[in-house]
Amino acid sequence: MTQPLQPPRRKNPLERTRLPLLPPAKRSRRAHDLTRAAAEGRFALHACESCGTYSYPPREACPACLSDRLVLRDAPDGGELLSATKAEVPADNYFRERAPWSVGLVRMDGGPTVLCFLNPRCRPGDLVRLQLRLDRAGQAVFYAFPAGKGQAMSERELSEDPQWRELGADPQHRRILITDGRNPVLMPLVAALHGAGAGEIIIGLSESWKPFAHRDALAAMDKVTIVPLDLTDERSVIDLARDHAAKIEILINTADYLRPGPLGGASSLNAAREAMERLYFGQLRLAEAFAPVMIARGADGDAGAAAWVNLLSIYAQVHDPAYATYSGAQAAAVALSQGLRAELAKGGVRLANVFAGPTDSEWYQTSAQPKVSQSAIAAALVDALKRGMEETYVGDTAKDLHARKQRNPKALERELAAGLEG
Amino acid sequence: MHADSPLSGFALALATGAVSIVDLTQTLSPDFPTIVMPPELGQSMPVRIERISHYDAAGPAWYWNNISFGEHTGTHFDAPIHWFTGRDLANNAVDTLPTAHMIAPACVIDCSRESADNGDFRLTRDMVLAWEAMHGQITSGSWVLMRTDWSQRAGAAYANLADDGPHTPGPDAEVMRFLVEERAVLGFGTETIGTDAGQGGHFQPPYPAHHYLHGAGRYGLQCLCNLDQLPPMGAMIVAAPLKIQNGSGSPLRVLALVPSSGR
Repeated sequence: MTQPLQPPRRKNPLERTRLPLLPPAKRSRRAHDLTRAAAEGRFALHACESCGTYSYPPREACPACLSDRLVLRDAPDGGELLSATKAEVPADNYFRERAPWSVGLVRMDGGPTVLCFLNPRCRPGDLVRLQLRLDRAGQAVFYAFPAGKGQAMSERELSEDPQWRELGADPQHRRILITDGRNPVLMPLVAALHGAGAGEIIIGLSESWKPFAHRDALAAMDKVTIVPLDLTDERSVIDLARDHAAKIEILINTADYLRPGPLGGASSLNAAREAMERLYFGQLRLAEAFAPVMIARGADGDAGAAAWVNLLSIYAQVHDPAYATYSGAQAAAVALSQGLRAELAKGGVRLANVFAGPTDSEWYQTSAQPKVSQSAIAAALVDALKRGMEETYVGDTAKDLHARKQRNPKALERELAAGLEG
Repeated sequence: MHADSPLSGFALALATGAVSIVDLTQTLSPDFPTIVMPPELGQSMPVRIERISHYDAAGPAWYWNNISFGEHTGTHFDAPIHWFTGRDLANNAVDTLPTAHMIAPACVIDCSRESADNGDFRLTRDMVLAWEAMHGQITSGSWVLMRTDWSQRAGAAYANLADDGPHTPGPDAEVMRFLVEERAVLGFGTETIGTDAGQGGHFQPPYPAHHYLHGAGRYGLQCLCNLDQLPPMGAMIVAAPLKIQNGSGSPLRVLALVPSSGR
């Protein structure tokens, strides 16, 4: 049996910090369909459009009817464990350092049999549930855990398995930096992180000479520290990194600057520049100061750097003319995040983008309902960390816009432009 | 320099310390409070300093930065064109400012005791008249500097923002009209973020220092410091803003020449 996860011990300063190793990363193009599903936290397999048969591993044609019309489709996530083994002396260095590594063969309810990473409680013959997860190299893998009667496992119990922890960035016991404490998500986010058992929470606060309503409430909390941090100021970011970069396992970038409006509004250029300063250059300044240290600490014992989250808007992907310049800055932030994700991946550190629809906040005052609550965003963000996702959409508006863009981006563009005229 | 040059005595006074130089300027830094406008309005950019190189790969033997800031950042100068009342005047921007106005005498009115515990302290005409009774009438073409020791505060205490805006000391409307129309001052200077009181937007007219000074082609200086080192009368102020094309103001180095006997 496993033990509840304990807070990591302080590292021994006389020992070398180990370099991060990654599991094998090669996948075929078609196998990356599963990467896409895992990145969004879905459980999906290739299905044949002709006969409906699920197939795995990814193939070029349906093994049942030879049709080449294979699509990615959400699949039942149950199965039965056929056999289990422990790799005691794996040939690959990543697995060798983490041995023994539990693997098993599961016959999925959808049909195919799959080689999975296995929770150590699983026994052959057990009914199991499967998750499609991204490993440290950012590739999709299956993880199976007991789901039979009386065997169901809580999230907390799952987190006791080191193999499970490799497949996500659970905030439990991890030290977290929230970069912009003036984002209205702050208090729900701190509560959600506390609820998830986070370690120290460091909150960056810009322009400390301005009032800050939550100062007293935060000061009264355990393991919460407010630090000066202005993402528009190079020196401020660098100074914070000197003190804290090596003590942060999860960086949550809450930079934002929403000034709604179409092109040509009063001082829209200044608002656009400020949005770029925070969303794009802010992320860039953070990346230059924090990413190298986080990459280097990707395998720093139990307390290695784990994840970077950007809290963004759905307008990063769907460029609504009613939010013209804001959409541009948001899109720039996403574009940059892909470069950053590739860098962080060298250390096995994940990058997640959380895309929220219009929120319950001042600058979305006149936006149509449904608006998403700050606590829903906080919950989705923590969920994305736990499940090691790369993309998540929060709120009905964000989900709807995302789905419409997948179907026909041009139609969506026209529909949004029509909304501007109306 | 010829011994009989008008400047030779000045050079000697500087060399002997008979005249000393006091720096009235705050350091131009990213975290110095700036004026805060309602967020739906345009904002003045704070100071930003970004490194070009630091004896490194980007420039092996040299260190330099790119800087950016709004015209009204840090210790700065307000030109008449800054306010609507001064928009049609001749030579109303920092680039056309007469150089003769860049060096001028100063009268320093000490309001530090009254301002110490009162962010809403207002300088009035009666107080100026009382000051004149002690030190003599304000001469035309002088700067009037309002000493509050506010520059000795920092951060939140300096900005002193509340739910209803900033609370920082400043002049009332009557005294500004008096100084401009009856004393013909060159300008008015403060230690706070504006020449007007923090709540000056509620005065009649709103922002009376800006309204009257700039409407008459006069100037403002704000975010000054070290006014406690100046005599009530007798100091000379050197205030030459950057020559920004059609600029409404500029950060600048403000120096005071102070005769030792006057301190």
